[in-house]
Amino acid sequence: MSDNTLPSGHTRINSLEMRNITKRFPGVLANSNVDFDVRAGEVHALLGENGAGKSTLMKVLYGLYGPEEGEIYLNGKPITIESPTDAINQGIGMIHQHFMLVETLTVAENVALGLPSSRGFLTDLDRVSERILELGKIYGLDIDPNAYIWQLSVGQQQRVEIIKALYRGAALLILDEPTAVLTPQEVNEFFVIMRQMVADGHALIFISHKLHEIMDICDRVTVLRDGRKIGTKIIADITKSELANWMVGREVSMTRELEDIPLGPARLQLENVTCKSDRGTPALRGVSLDVHSGEILGVAGISGNGQRELAEAITGLRDVTGGTIHLEGQDVTNFRPGVLTERMLSYIPEERMKDGMIKDFSIAENMILREHHKNPFANKGFLMLKTIAKHSDVLIDRFRVKTPSRDTKAGNLSGGNIQKVVLAREISRQPRVLIAAQPSRGLDVGATEYVHAQLLEQRGNGTAIMMISEDLDEIMGLSDRIAVICEGELMGIVPRDEATPEKLGLMMAGVAPEEA
Amino acid sequence: MRSRLNSLFDALMPVFATLAALAVGTVMLLILRVNPGEAYGALWEGAFGSTNAVAETLVKATPLLLVGLGICIAFRASVINIGGEGQMIIGGILATQVGLTFTDLPGWVVIIMAMFAGFLGGAIWGGIPGFLKAYFRVNEILSTVMMNAIAVQLMNFLLRGPMIDPAQAEKASKIPQTARLLEAFRLPRLAPTRLHIGFLIALGLAIIVYVLLWRTTLGYRIRAVGQNPHASRYGGIRVRRRIVTALLLSGAFAGLAGAIQVYGVNYRMITDGSASGFTGAAGFNGIVAALFGQLHPIGTIPASIFFGALLVGANKMQRVVQIPSALITALNGLVVVFVVSSEFWRKQRQRQRLSDNNKEENPPQDGDISAPSAEEVLTS
Repeated sequence: MSDNTLPSGHTRINSLEMRNITKRFPGVLANSNVDFDVRAGEVHALLGENGAGKSTLMKVLYGLYGPEEGEIYLNGKPITIESPTDAINQGIGMIHQHFMLVETLTVAENVALGLPSSRGFLTDLDRVSERILELGKIYGLDIDPNAYIWQLSVGQQQRVEIIKALYRGAALLILDEPTAVLTPQEVNEFFVIMRQMVADGHALIFISHKLHEIMDICDRVTVLRDGRKIGTKIIADITKSELANWMVGREVSMTRELEDIPLGPARLQLENVTCKSDRGTPALRGVSLDVHSGEILGVAGISGNGQRELAEAITGLRDVTGGTIHLEGQDVTNFRPGVLTERMLSYIPEERMKDGMIKDFSIAENMILREHHKNPFANKGFLMLKTIAKHSDVLIDRFRVKTPSRDTKAGNLSGGNIQKVVLAREISRQPRVLIAAQPSRGLDVGATEYVHAQLLEQRGNGTAIMMISEDLDEIMGLSDRIAVICEGELMGIVPRDEATPEKLGLMMAGVAPEEA
Repeated sequence: MRSRLNSLFDALMPVFATLAALAVGTVMLLILRVNPGEAYGALWEGAFGSTNAVAETLVKATPLLLVGLGICIAFRASVINIGGEGQMIIGGILATQVGLTFTDLPGWVVIIMAMFAGFLGGAIWGGIPGFLKAYFRVNEILSTVMMNAIAVQLMNFLLRGPMIDPAQAEKASKIPQTARLLEAFRLPRLAPTRLHIGFLIALGLAIIVYVLLWRTTLGYRIRAVGQNPHASRYGGIRVRRRIVTALLLSGAFAGLAGAIQVYGVNYRMITDGSASGFTGAAGFNGIVAALFGQLHPIGTIPASIFFGALLVGANKMQRVVQIPSALITALNGLVVVFVVSSEFWRKQRQRQRLSDNNKEENPPQDGDISAPSAEEVLTS
């Protein structure tokens, strides 16, 4: 194996340089004279808030956008990349945040998709499978080529994406927020793979706004703000909070003190609640817990252990098959969502765009989704458009939603602003009980900070809050008590001051709290 | 400026599509050695050349508009109603029966009752597939088409048997038709033409449907269910019921179209064995009109008039330049194909512009998840 060859057999990319990249969109300067470079054997992080220009820069590199200005050099020689095919031919691969896999096909079929077969008209899936196993062995990507994609977990699907890129000869990989969809455990496994690839001479570009991950895995970091490059630093020379301030351009508080609030009566009580998953398997196995007025009960757990079903069972979106749910002392088991809304239960769903918003409706229309039929938004079956518009303007202003107007379609907003609209709608109702699922997922530091402040304000107002999150920092930073769920069972509830990441981690893995 | 040009372009898209269809039509006419100028001149003359021509165009447009309004409601709720033909037939049958039964009542009372009966008949015929879809996940495209077949056979049976004109029953010819409605029961005409007030009713209803869809909570719910049933459920909307409502209303408008066809044009029901013998295929063409009007009730008004004009003008064209009637059908088809594909193109342009304008890094996890169909929600 010569110096210039990767274990996969492809040529390595010793250096890749982007110089002076400028990309304009109508009304927006997405990248302005940005320089960026990455070398073989390093992980270079690209950091910035939403809209800073990270994705644009990478889409230019991957041939999805043509830049107005700027050059790209590969191993010192200028190249042009006009399409993803060009990029792949140059050894550049990209793992999108959302996987480009066909669920009903097998791993091997997905890898072979779009490539010519070595047997002409006949398929060569056996050869593809062989190569997948070979690549898997080299990089520690354990995957069954004959498994169907829908059978695989999110983490495994991501490995398929990596194998797909390696199979096509990628020496440089662009990883667009690869950890956003992974559980903490999967993140660790993923980092092992990344380290292996770097050690073998691959060049990796890591897009993320999770600071601790960048501190963990990266060698250098480049920060973008408003389409401009702020600078590049070696990770070893910078601290986490410096990095946060650098990205946002101002001081960011990383920890929060919880204000002491007298614990009120239990407003939400679950007793032995069971329900089924979409596939009909048991999702909750007898969950009992209380949420009191003026507290945040954090629900921690590895993704897919019944959190979604828990939220949906409480909010009436999923049938409860056993046990009871009481809202302010009254039995509301299996009540319709609409009735629960009337009883001032609010819900910030995990998949906001799918479950919480109507993409083609305006912001104003989305703001009344919960109460569109009630005074003052409706009168005798007619919508009160003026009141609705005013209501929406007030909330846009109060929750600092960035939008051209209240008539803008919700689908045109950025992720952070979408969450603000949901938050505005759910919180402005003065709920008695609030269920918040993954409230800061996909949000940048500034937006996360804002969402957290809003949750704490609600706590101060005496709302009973259940916050479901897979982000342990978020859980430990905001919760008064922390419930840990594993395989649909409640492992226990730990008070804030007794919770450590290690203890919660063990409970998340199914160890009882006494032993943890 | 640019965006204004763009939206102007979008608004004119159907016009361009029509011109493109006419251009292809020109080629066909040339192949048949017909002077296209003369042919299209005749088409225009036939559709708008005289007061009578305009009146005929509007008479043809009336059922298209009514069916189209129903289609607007159904499609906004993401349910596909292909059952306009059957719903028109049932509406027509019930309305006719009202007129044949209550011969002693004053004309305006019977007319109102008949319109209501037509509305109800269509509602039942549309509501059944709606119920089957909402509660048993029966695909509404299939069930509405099946309901068409049932309606036709029901009509043929009734007009040959129980409802047959007593005069015909005694004759050997036994033409399958009902007795004529009393003159007092006919929809008033806007003399001196054949245009009847059914057209004005349809215009008024277009405004009502607009108000319904965008100014009432029911309309909000119907549109919400069509856009995103998951979020609708979360918003407290009863998705199944609204699906039934949408198909019910959709059918009701088609049923009303049937009733108006009987009371405004034919004054009796008569069958040639096929559905279009009674409906003139308005149950299908209404869908096209609604799509042409971009599923907007107000837009459906000019769209219906346009297709009405095409139908009426084509007759004249056929007579004047002596071309096979199949060409007329082909020309209609061309317009439909071009219009529907231009709609597709318009949407694509819109999406393109959106992604160009969008500040980058809308986290795709939110933006890219397309709303699931009602189908998916019901299955889950």
